[in-house]
Amino acid sequence: MTDDMQRLVIEREVLIEAPVEVVWRTVTEPDQMTRWFADRVELAIEPGAHGHMQFGDQGGPVVVQTVERPTRFSFRWNHPHGEEPVAGNSMLVEFTLTPEGDERTRLRVAESGHELLTWPDAEKARYADEHQEGWGEFLDRLVTVLVMHRSG
Amino acid sequence: MTAQADDELWAAIADPSRRRVLDLLVSNGDVSASWLAGHVPFSRQAVSKHLVVLEQAGLIRRRKLGREVLYQVEVGRLDQATRAMTDLAAQWDRRLGSIKRLAEAAHAETQRSKGEGRDE
Repeated sequence: MTDDMQRLVIEREVLIEAPVEVVWRTVTEPDQMTRWFADRVELAIEPGAHGHMQFGDQGGPVVVQTVERPTRFSFRWNHPHGEEPVAGNSMLVEFTLTPEGDERTRLRVAESGHELLTWPDAEKARYADEHQEGWGEFLDRLVTVLVMHRSG
Repeated sequence: MTAQADDELWAAIADPSRRRVLDLLVSNGDVSASWLAGHVPFSRQAVSKHLVVLEQAGLIRRRKLGREVLYQVEVGRLDQATRAMTDLAAQWDRRLGSIKRLAEAAHAETQRSKGEGRDE
């Protein structure tokens, strides 16, 4: 797997006052997923399983990638185009659950793009070495520039 | 914004090296590919490749000045990109917030059942 080389695009996290097993079920069980994610979820929670998620009148295929109960869960999706999600055309959503004591869990989500996966390995390695900064800094700079342009 | 245009924009800025090129254009404006190549740790060819992708996504535009080609950012398109990124981040914040509420409610329910002397 080349996941380590892939650059994260969006990363968010939240601290939850519940044990990791409870959070795991909330994140992964299809009937729970319909309460925070899609309107309809058909998915078996096992690596390689193909499923479907429906958002209103739009829907698309989903492929489960990693299932390491109760700490790691990831899937690929290609929304809203509906093509079969593979490394070259889809977004990877990765959940990481970290227990912090018996009754508290840190939940992190990262959604990353497919772009780097299509680059030759040597370039990927170089990019990974060179770039530590994520979206935060980039967005900050963009916002600064936009404000400057508008007021200038 | 069409899904196609959205995809191009996304692909263009998803790459960290291209973001670095874009950052340089944002802070220095109106510069040539050679100047950019002198300010990044990758090759002139890589810079040219990134410029093509950024231009196709509408994030930058070129103009000729004598024999030189100069590049600058398209502010409107950058604005669009910024909003697309912040929207996506906000969407995940909402989803994580829902997961938190659901998991904490489920946990509280289990605790209550235990308190009533029942097994889980």
